Amino acid sequence: MTGVREDFREILRLVRPGARVLDVGCGGGELLELLAREKQVDGRGVEISPQGVSACLARGLAVMQGDADRDLDQFPTGAFDYAVLSQTLQATRNPRQVLGELLRIADRAVVSFPNFGHWRVRWSLLRRGRMPETRSLPEPWWSTPNIHLCTLADFNALVADLDVRIEACAALSEGRPARPMDPNSTLENWRAEAALFLLARRSTDPVEPEGVPRDLFGG
Amino acid sequence: MTLEATSEIEQQGGVWRFPADQPLRLDSGGRIEGLEIAWASYGRLNADRSNAVLICHALTLDQHVAATHPVTGKPGWWTRLVGPGKPLDPARHFILCANVVGGCQGSTGPGSVNPATGRPWGLTFPVITIADMVRAQAMLVEAMGVETLLAVVGGSMGGMQVLQWAASYPERIFSAVCVAGAARHSAQNIAFHEVGRQAIMADPDWRGGDYALHGTRPEKGLAVARMAAHITYLSEMALQRKFGRELQRDGLSWGFDADFQVESYLRHQGASFVDRFDANSYLYITRAMDYFDLAAAHGGVLAEAFSGARDIRFCILSFTSDWLYPTPESRHIVRALNAAGARASFVEIESDKGHDAFLLDEPVMDAALAGFLDSVCTARGLK
Repeated sequence: MTGVREDFREILRLVRPGARVLDVGCGGGELLELLAREKQVDGRGVEISPQGVSACLARGLAVMQGDADRDLDQFPTGAFDYAVLSQTLQATRNPRQVLGELLRIADRAVVSFPNFGHWRVRWSLLRRGRMPETRSLPEPWWSTPNIHLCTLADFNALVADLDVRIEACAALSEGRPARPMDPNSTLENWRAEAALFLLARRSTDPVEPEGVPRDLFGG
Repeated sequence: MTLEATSEIEQQGGVWRFPADQPLRLDSGGRIEGLEIAWASYGRLNADRSNAVLICHALTLDQHVAATHPVTGKPGWWTRLVGPGKPLDPARHFILCANVVGGCQGSTGPGSVNPATGRPWGLTFPVITIADMVRAQAMLVEAMGVETLLAVVGGSMGGMQVLQWAASYPERIFSAVCVAGAARHSAQNIAFHEVGRQAIMADPDWRGGDYALHGTRPEKGLAVARMAAHITYLSEMALQRKFGRELQRDGLSWGFDADFQVESYLRHQGASFVDRFDANSYLYITRAMDYFDLAAAHGGVLAEAFSGARDIRFCILSFTSDWLYPTPESRHIVRALNAAGARASFVEIESDKGHDAFLLDEPVMDAALAGFLDSVCTARGLK
């Protein structure tokens, strides 16, 4: 499994074998294909670009053209075990509603996003006095698709407000393995370039994800 | 049965006659005895009979999918999809298409002779439905020794038949492709069809449907029906781009000749249509489409229609500028498929060509269909 994105590796680790998985913003279907091969998941994708959808079709994946903000209502409640939203939440028009939809469709949601509290972002704003442009947020404010950026602390506050339990949390950094972290840590809010959460509806029975060490949080 | 061995494709065609003890049972309660279904095929059925693909044609098309049309001399209507090196390749697939019951290209329809009276059916022909068309196709497919179809593929009314296949015979299809289709006819769809039917029936040469007995043909009425329908197949943008306000000649005629190119185009569409289509068939097939409402037959819940279709791989395609069967109709289908737990894929293709885009040069559609059909072959273990 060389050349696999670190966040994909982490998702692969978190997802139960044979699960039903919806990947929202699935691109060309790389993650779904990986999950099908390594974890025998029954996968579905949602992707906004017709090119991405065509690539998925060629891989034999079931994928729907659609938009996380608009089209998740097409899926029935509880249709999936996991809904994955990778590095897309900050680009949605209504992140709170999207999170709610993910956890309506699936028992668990795997959500990752860039952490606006990362020291590089803070330093860039402090030093230049302008909207930060960093390696994980490279575009200027007027062209970035990231319209709802948040910090790790912001995300925690939203999760606390929704009826959601955090089952696992990891810090992501480009080119480095995912690292388990405490989502409530002030230090991590400086350190983590991006964060990946495994969330569950409160009503869902806690299940130890495969291979997740016991000292992780939640449940 | 005739065999035309061309250099590249193995091509067959003919008319399948069902014995009198195998009538076609109709939704209306009636039956058609001595049913005849005209068909064409490309490629050869493999040893384990796993490579058969059924193509379902649209309202005014027919079984001549990939070969020169015997009446018009034009190339097949879906050579983009069917042919050597195409997503459906006669070297790999056995591709079958049959003229729908009620049609006028060789299958039993209102223009056929009623064996009971020895006279053309005319309006005594029973009203047929999309499900009746599919039932006849299922009889043909079975008669040809095919137990499971690798894929059922269709656009427009063909897409409706595909959905009906998934509802009626889910265990007999492995995958389903519905392009620019719908699970029901909308009020607007019915309204346009009614205009067409009224145009035909207002033609004095229609003679209450018995024009064959009187040696007349309601060509004017049928041509007007086609002209009205043809507008619904194109987008406003496509019409504007193609014709704008361009004139046929220099200056206006200050009369009612075809001054504008768009008028001349529509008149040509109407005039050429009557050479290849039967007016009563047009009435019957448009009626079948109007009656189509897949959910209604399943307690009003479309997902129920697909309750047996969980294992079928679906590919649903729509076009942005199609206002006849617009994207929400396809999304409605996809939502029901998801609710039923089927493996549904959906793409809305950016196109300004309107409903007719499914027959035209749309590379994204080609790529999506090629990818989907190829993955279906892989999943079915076909080389």
